[in-house]
Amino acid sequence: MHMNRREFLQLLAVAAASGMALDSKSALAGTAPANFYDVPRHGNVSFLHFTDCHAQLLPVWFREPNVNLGIGSARGKAPHLVGQHLLKNFGVKPGSAEAHAFTYLDFTEAAKIYGKVGGFAHLKTLVDKMRAQRPGALLLDGGDTWQGSATSLWTNAQDMVDACIALGVDIMTPHWEAMFGADRLMEIVNKDFKKAGVDFVAQNVVTNDFGDQVFKPYVMKEMNGVKVAVIGQAFPYTPIANPRYHVPDWSYGIRDDSMQKWVDEARAKGAKVVIVLSHNGMDVDLKMARRVTGIDAIFGGHTHDGVPQPVKVKNAKGITLVTNAGSNGKFLGVMDFDVRGNRVVSYKYRLLPVFSNLLPADPAMTALIKKVRAPYEAKLNEKLAVSDDFLYRRGNFNGTWDQLLVDALMEVKGADAAFSPGFRWGTTLLPGDAITMERLMDQTAITYPQTTLTNMTGETIKTIMEDVADNLFNADPYYQQGGDMVRVGGIEYTVNPNQTIGKRISNMTLKGKPVVANKTYKVAGWAPVAEGATGEPIWDIVASYLRDKKVIKGLKLNEPKIIGVGKSNPGIADYKGGLS
Amino acid sequence: MNALRRNVLKGAAGAGAVAVAVAAGLLKPTQAMAAWNKGAFEARNVGDAMKGLGVSGPADSKDITIKAPDIAENGAVVPVEVTSGIAGTTSIAIIAEKNGTPLVGNFNLSGGTQGFISTRIKMGQTSLVRAVVNAGGKSYTAAKEVKVTIGGCGG
Repeated sequence: MHMNRREFLQLLAVAAASGMALDSKSALAGTAPANFYDVPRHGNVSFLHFTDCHAQLLPVWFREPNVNLGIGSARGKAPHLVGQHLLKNFGVKPGSAEAHAFTYLDFTEAAKIYGKVGGFAHLKTLVDKMRAQRPGALLLDGGDTWQGSATSLWTNAQDMVDACIALGVDIMTPHWEAMFGADRLMEIVNKDFKKAGVDFVAQNVVTNDFGDQVFKPYVMKEMNGVKVAVIGQAFPYTPIANPRYHVPDWSYGIRDDSMQKWVDEARAKGAKVVIVLSHNGMDVDLKMARRVTGIDAIFGGHTHDGVPQPVKVKNAKGITLVTNAGSNGKFLGVMDFDVRGNRVVSYKYRLLPVFSNLLPADPAMTALIKKVRAPYEAKLNEKLAVSDDFLYRRGNFNGTWDQLLVDALMEVKGADAAFSPGFRWGTTLLPGDAITMERLMDQTAITYPQTTLTNMTGETIKTIMEDVADNLFNADPYYQQGGDMVRVGGIEYTVNPNQTIGKRISNMTLKGKPVVANKTYKVAGWAPVAEGATGEPIWDIVASYLRDKKVIKGLKLNEPKIIGVGKSNPGIADYKGGLS
Repeated sequence: MNALRRNVLKGAAGAGAVAVAVAAGLLKPTQAMAAWNKGAFEARNVGDAMKGLGVSGPADSKDITIKAPDIAENGAVVPVEVTSGIAGTTSIAIIAEKNGTPLVGNFNLSGGTQGFISTRIKMGQTSLVRAVVNAGGKSYTAAKEVKVTIGGCGG
């Protein structure tokens, strides 16, 4: 059945009004095939991949961005495609269940129909279903799994460690995991994971002193008689983007020369399939795939790009497939290889959205999650306020959730302006939803939550904004750190992403007046990377603000005017801040 | 390993013998630094540093490899390795172009030594890190950008 956009919206409106949700296969007949999760096995070697679930054990809403600009040669290419551009590029039918999963289009209406996404009990059912058809398939966890929720923070990551072991994770590589501290990370790797047989791999983390590997660089496994190698690539800029003091003795970096060495070694030892489980971010993975030879596929994360099909990257000796599997437990990547003789002869890939209404919850995982949450239920469920607005975070420049955070920071701290980090995790709330403590923690649960109030000159403010913009928009992916632009409260500005550092930000104004270079402003912020900050945690500041307001409505999203990217750029759509 | 070895050498030769000599009044500090290329090391810009090294218009060379992080994890200790594949390399200098005094070090290699050095340098801001190699009476160069960033705000 084919529907155009108007018909689809009509269906949504009717369905939403009648309280109909898609919780049965028959209800899905019009918009998703009844055999949505029937994915026949192809070939003889299979990998299942999830990444960046950010500790979301229960189903959530998660809106994909309407701004995800590609710079230089990345312009208009995956993953820098949003909305209709993404659908068109990958041949996804508008109005379908997949279209809802992969884009922000008609999000609030479609969310009511398709229901929440992710949740470990539902993911477990899907993983088991895929595994049943794929004997020997390996489940790969791309990291950013232990951070992002209240319970993971309060249990010191133990809830996620236990859930991942129960899910059947075989191999993992890290990013935020290290923010529980190097000692805690090693405790989990050497005790929980060792006991459960989970391999923790990262070729690009070495000791500061002697340059020794901190983790196994890769593991070799045998699947249906075929030797496969999985090499780990941790987030290369962990000690820069996050506090260094949590990993004082380790050095990271991209290290593609050593990547080549491990690939060659694995091949020499008989690996017929070489996989990189990466937390580089997709642009970095695409560059690495051009430079390093001998990798069959890079399963990537970090940048939270839900990319329906792999990008085929040519290099000196062949082709490497590069995937990115989204975030927040929303997707499971299923890669099947047909390996004959000494090589991969064909592949099939699906990035399956995890619709919790279509996948029955696994009872054992449900019980585990219930047990984990029990001591905290009252605290998690505290209703702080109701939001009449649609609250989301993702997007290169700002999201309504971040606007709420900077508004709260400015009001509570009495600041002229506020900064909030360009994190890409954090769940979505539909208009009318309650903002509970749990939902607030989804946006703020980190191990360095201190808030700050700092006197900064206009020049310093600009320097910080330029620095962060360069981490996002540097034309060379190896200089990108994979976060979004710092969210700015109070100060309006114009940005030209295609410029170079020092020249991207202009027309900075505060309450209609130009920001003056040598004038001092009070700037609030949170998540300081330097050691020793003592300010009240961000969640306490925002919780008291929300309790006071009771209802959140009419948030004014401060989005910069964007110049130099072109009105028809496929990486931006429905943008209200001004575009040329 | 390299850092440790360097510290040991510094401790033995530098701090040890020389410090003793200075303390004993045998050497004035300026004399201890007799081989110190003041003009080059105190130069405030790349041109003057090159001039101090006796280098003018070095040729770009693909036989020089600079291994350094794309983004420094700590600007105070940026690991830099330079490998020169040019036959007869007699010295390798490292210049951090935007440092206040750009010349970081000049390593003289005696006959037959492999053209390889590894050290850690201090950088105040994003800059090209340049290697200048002398070989057979000619000079060669290569450069790599190392970014020094404020940090934070990662996904």
